[in-house]
Amino acid sequence: MAQPRKFTKFRDVMKEVNTKGAALYKNPAGTEDLVILSPYAINYIHSYAEDSPFFLGLAKGKILGSECKSCHYRYATPRSHCMACGAETEWFALPKEGRVHSWTTCYYGGEEFLKETPFNLALVEFDGVDTLLLTRLKDAKEADIFIGMKVKAVFRHPPRYLISDVHFVPSEKPRKK
Amino acid sequence: MPAPRKVYMISGGVTKFAKAHPDMDFRLMVKRAFDYAMKDIPELRTSDIESSRISYFSDHFARQLKAASMVQDYLGLNPKDSRRIEWGGATGGQAIQAGWETVASGRNEVCLVAGFETMSHVETWKGNEFIALASDTNFDYPVGGFYTGYYALMVQRHIYEYLRKTKFAHVKDEKKAQREATQEAKRIMAMVSVKNHVNAEHNPYSQYPEKLTMKEALGREMVAYPLNRPMICTMSDGAAVAILASEDVAFKYTDHPVLIKGVGCGTDTMRLADRPHGSVPLFPWEEAGYYSDLRYPGVHSFRAGRAAALEAYKNSGIRDPKKELDFVELHDAYASSEIQTYEDIGLCRYGEGYEFVDQGHPFLEDIDYGLDLPHRGTIPVNPSGGLIACGHPVGATGIMQGVFAFWQLQGSIRKHFGNDKLQIRGAKRGLIHSHAGTGSSVTVTIMERA
Repeated sequence: MAQPRKFTKFRDVMKEVNTKGAALYKNPAGTEDLVILSPYAINYIHSYAEDSPFFLGLAKGKILGSECKSCHYRYATPRSHCMACGAETEWFALPKEGRVHSWTTCYYGGEEFLKETPFNLALVEFDGVDTLLLTRLKDAKEADIFIGMKVKAVFRHPPRYLISDVHFVPSEKPRKK
Repeated sequence: MPAPRKVYMISGGVTKFAKAHPDMDFRLMVKRAFDYAMKDIPELRTSDIESSRISYFSDHFARQLKAASMVQDYLGLNPKDSRRIEWGGATGGQAIQAGWETVASGRNEVCLVAGFETMSHVETWKGNEFIALASDTNFDYPVGGFYTGYYALMVQRHIYEYLRKTKFAHVKDEKKAQREATQEAKRIMAMVSVKNHVNAEHNPYSQYPEKLTMKEALGREMVAYPLNRPMICTMSDGAAVAILASEDVAFKYTDHPVLIKGVGCGTDTMRLADRPHGSVPLFPWEEAGYYSDLRYPGVHSFRAGRAAALEAYKNSGIRDPKKELDFVELHDAYASSEIQTYEDIGLCRYGEGYEFVDQGHPFLEDIDYGLDLPHRGTIPVNPSGGLIACGHPVGATGIMQGVFAFWQLQGSIRKHFGNDKLQIRGAKRGLIHSHAGTGSSVTVTIMERA
C-alpha cells in the first residue's frame, strides 16, 4: 500500500479511507493518527424457530396472529407464549384490512434502507385484536395519511421470508384535490 | 429487606463529546475522564478503588469484544472486581445503579463507574443501522429499522391522544385536525430544541452548542415526520466516569460529596406493537379518575419511565417532584421523548407536557432564549443541553448526566465549566433519567447535596 495521504478534516479522512484504504489525520492537537479501512461482513444462519409459521404464512398470503389459549389475549405481532399470563398461544389469521394506529414518513434510514427513502412506517390496528403490527405503508404520501385511515395488506411474490413480505396500502384511493 | 447503606458520588469526569476522537481510542478517552475525576479529589488513590462497573452499549460500534476488560487493564485496576454493564440507551444510567448496588450492599467502599462509546467507527447511516439492531430483528428491523422512525410513530400517537383530542377537538375534518395538532406539537418540540441548544452554549463539554432560533429550528431538514434534525441527538465519541463511595469513607475524600438518595428502574416490551392498552400506574398525588379515558401506555407513553420514577420517588421519600427537585437531566434522544418523559416522571400530568413547555416551566431563569416564557425556571430540565446538544456516546451518556448533576449539586459548575451561567443557585436535589430502546428500559436516580 502506498504511503497514506494526510488530511486535516476528518470528513476527508473518511472519504480517503473508503476509497484508498488508509489515510493520515492531522488532528487539532497537532499529532497524526493513522486511520485504516476495516471491513466486517457476516452471514448468519438465522432460524425463525417458534415464529416460523408466521413467515411461512406470509408466503401463502396470510398474516398469522396468535391468541392465548388461556386468557384469549390476541396478538397481531405473534408470540408463542402470552405476555399477560404465560400460557401457550395458538395461531389465527388476522383480517387483511386494518386501520392506521400511528404513522410517519422517513426521509432517512439505516444504511440498508437509505435507498428506499422516503418511505412510510405504520402501526396497524385490527378489529378484535389487542396488539399492533409494524409495517410499511405504500402508495400514500405524507400528506395523504392520517390516524384511523383504513389500510389493506399486500403480499410479496415470490416471498423473501422477511416481515417485509407483507406491506399495507390505503383501502381507498385518496381524493385528488 | 435490610436498608441499603448510604452511597455518595465523590467525583466525576467527562471527555468533551465530539463527532470523532480519532486521536484517542476508548481506553484513552476513559483514562482522560478518570484522571480528571482523580485530580478533583487528590486524597483518593487508585489503590483505594475496590471495583469497577464499565459500560458501553454496542459491540458493533466497539468492534472489540470484552472492551470493558481492556479499560480495566488500561486504568491499572487489575486484579479487582469488575464487570461490563449494557442496557441499550440506558447503559450509563444502569452502570451508576450497578455501582450504587455494590457500595450499598457493603461489598465495596469505593467503586469506579466508567462508560464510553466510539460511534465514529462507522458512518452515520451505518450507525443508525447498528442502533436499529436494538429492535426486534424478526419483526421490526427489516421493515425499515430506524430509531427516529420509531420515535416519530410514538410522538404521532402522543399528539393524537393529547392535542388532537383536546386543543383541536373542535376541528371537524379529521385529517385537518391531525395536521394542525402536529404543527402545534412541532412548534413546541422546536422550543425544547432551542432550550437545549442554547443551554449548551455555556457547557464546554457539549458537542452542538448553538444560539438556535425558533425559525431555524423549525426550518431545518425533516428526518422522520414530524421530527427534524435539531430535535434529534446525533452520534458521538466520548467517555464519562463517576466515583462512588460509602458514607464511611466519602467524607475522607471530599467535603462536598453528593448522596445517591434513591434509585428506580422500569421496563416495557421490546416491540412497540406489543405495548398494552391498560391503566396508568398512579403517583400518590394523582387521582384515578383523571385518566379514566386513557388507554395506557399504548405507544404514546413510557410505562418503563413511570415505573422507574415510582420506585425512585418511593425510595427517596419524594412526594411532589416538581417542588422537591431543583433540576432534571433526562434522556432527550428526541425533543418528543423529552416531553413524553415530563409526564412519565410526574413533572406534569399525562397530556400536559406540551403546555408545560409552552409556559416555560423547564427553561432556566437567567438564560435568554428569545422566547416569551411566562413561568420559566419552575424546574429546569436539561440545563446541560441534554443529549440533543451535548451528544449521545451511549455508554457514557447516563454517566455524563450523573457528572453534570453532581457538579450542579456541589455548586461547582464554574470550576468545571469555566463559567456559572448554568449553575442553579442553591440546588439541593436533582434527578437523572436514562432511557433505552423504544422505552423498553429506563432508570431514574435521585441525587442530593450532602
